[in-house]
Amino acid sequence: MAKLASDGRPLPQPTPVTQAFFDAAQDQRLILPHCPREGYFFYPRSHCPCCLKRDWEWKPASGRGTVYAFTVDRMGHDPNLVNWVPYVVAAIELEEGPRMTANIVGCAPEDVRVGMPVEATYENVDDVTIIQFRLV
Amino acid sequence: MGKRAAAIVGQTEWEPKREWDVPMFSMEASAQLASEVIADAGFEKGEIDGLVMNPIAESPMFGPSALAEYLGIQSNFNEVVDLGGSTPAGMVWRAAAAIEVGACESVLVLCPAVPPPRPTAQGKAKRGRARLTAYLGGDSWGSPQGQFEIPSGLVAATPSFAMIASRYREQYDVQPETLAKVAVEQRFNANAHPTAIFRDKPITIDDVLTSRMIADPIRLLELVMPCFGGGALLLTTAERAKRSPHRPVFVSGHGEHLTHKSVTYMPDMLDTPTRKAADRAFKMAGVSRGAIDIASIYDCFTITVLLTIEDAGFCKKGQGGAFIEEHDLRFNGDWPLNTHGGQLGMGQAGLAGGLSHITEAVLQLQNRAGKRQVKNANLAYVNGTGGMMAEQVALILEGA
Ligand SMILES: [Zn+2]
Repeated sequence: MAKLASDGRPLPQPTPVTQAFFDAAQDQRLILPHCPREGYFFYPRSHCPCCLKRDWEWKPASGRGTVYAFTVDRMGHDPNLVNWVPYVVAAIELEEGPRMTANIVGCAPEDVRVGMPVEATYENVDDVTIIQFRLV
Repeated sequence: MGKRAAAIVGQTEWEPKREWDVPMFSMEASAQLASEVIADAGFEKGEIDGLVMNPIAESPMFGPSALAEYLGIQSNFNEVVDLGGSTPAGMVWRAAAAIEVGACESVLVLCPAVPPPRPTAQGKAKRGRARLTAYLGGDSWGSPQGQFEIPSGLVAATPSFAMIASRYREQYDVQPETLAKVAVEQRFNANAHPTAIFRDKPITIDDVLTSRMIADPIRLLELVMPCFGGGALLLTTAERAKRSPHRPVFVSGHGEHLTHKSVTYMPDMLDTPTRKAADRAFKMAGVSRGAIDIASIYDCFTITVLLTIEDAGFCKKGQGGAFIEEHDLRFNGDWPLNTHGGQLGMGQAGLAGGLSHITEAVLQLQNRAGKRQVKNANLAYVNGTGGMMAEQVALILEGA
């Protein structure tokens, strides 16, 4: 079952492998797993999805990227998010290569286009920090 | 000429309904579907020696043994398939492959999609109503989806397909009218189907374009109506198929491919797994795209149809819009598509929604499609799509 924030939205529940990613977010940093052979990947997981080796390391990312694809959710497909509509759900292509799912905030949903440059922004929700993006 | 080892010889399909008056457990529905499909094929129950099913609530583990016991079947091939909307297409080729290698002779493919009875204070069963579930199990502890997708609101299916559509429109500039044409022409087909949920309601392109925006750029009339229902198929050997009362339908080619679960991690959002699945299926069947008489393409959204037409190789990448504009997709048109109305017109009866594309192809090839019958239908392309354009299955079906 999803863990819900005091404002009702679903929160991530870190695991031992992913905890560092969420800890870094609390310090307003975006870090990515980096494999010495294959480079960056996302999401963080026990083994690199290219070579299935475990010798990857966390590396800081720029927090910059572009909008690969997006939608404006008008009805709240998550019943826990109906009070937030309309909101932008996007696949962000990070400067380092991998894609990441995130909301785009701080603009009218109508202003978002595929290919626009974005940068990470951090929102504290209870004891978790959510990484979102805004247009630059 | 492709594989002619296994054939579909029986089908049954329940009318999709928004509300289901008599709740049934999946095993009860499976028993009824089995009884109907065995009768349709003109078989005896004792001949059945294989079962293919999807996971059922009454026996989340040991599903095949629970079902074989319940149906009183002693079975040589027992399979649970979990491929979302492409589950039925995945079931069909697994059954055909099992028959071809001699693991079994006659296989039931069962897709119950009905609500179970719920105990009430009076002990009476309550009526069920089809509902969307947002997380689809992805919020389990340890699930990457629960940590990296759900907190951003990437849940259910529509937002994922809307993302794909946003990127397609950016790269290829397809007009909303073109995608709406798919919904309109499939609705025309549904109007000729006696049990389609939208059999009585024609729509226009204007209706689609003025329907409510759900998740940009997808509008209400571009997505399916969740329903209850169910269906089943019976597959058997080429030899046994000869005595079926209906024209046997060979599974002459098949392919399956998947690359991702969340749409964000799709290697290229505009290059769907169907490309590799369809290439394999056409090669196996030894037929060309131009030889296809009818297409039965999974249509959870209009954008799914557009991308599948391209990636199945019926036109070049980026030309799907032009293809849709150039062809009349109605059952009496030059490129009959989803002649049952698709799930957009028929309703999406859970996992049986994906089965409806196969059932319609079988009915067309057997010359049993009533007033929507396509003349001289011998070769069908069927496509299943699961999850977020994730699990895709291509079938080439061929009338004997
Ligand atoms: Zn690696």
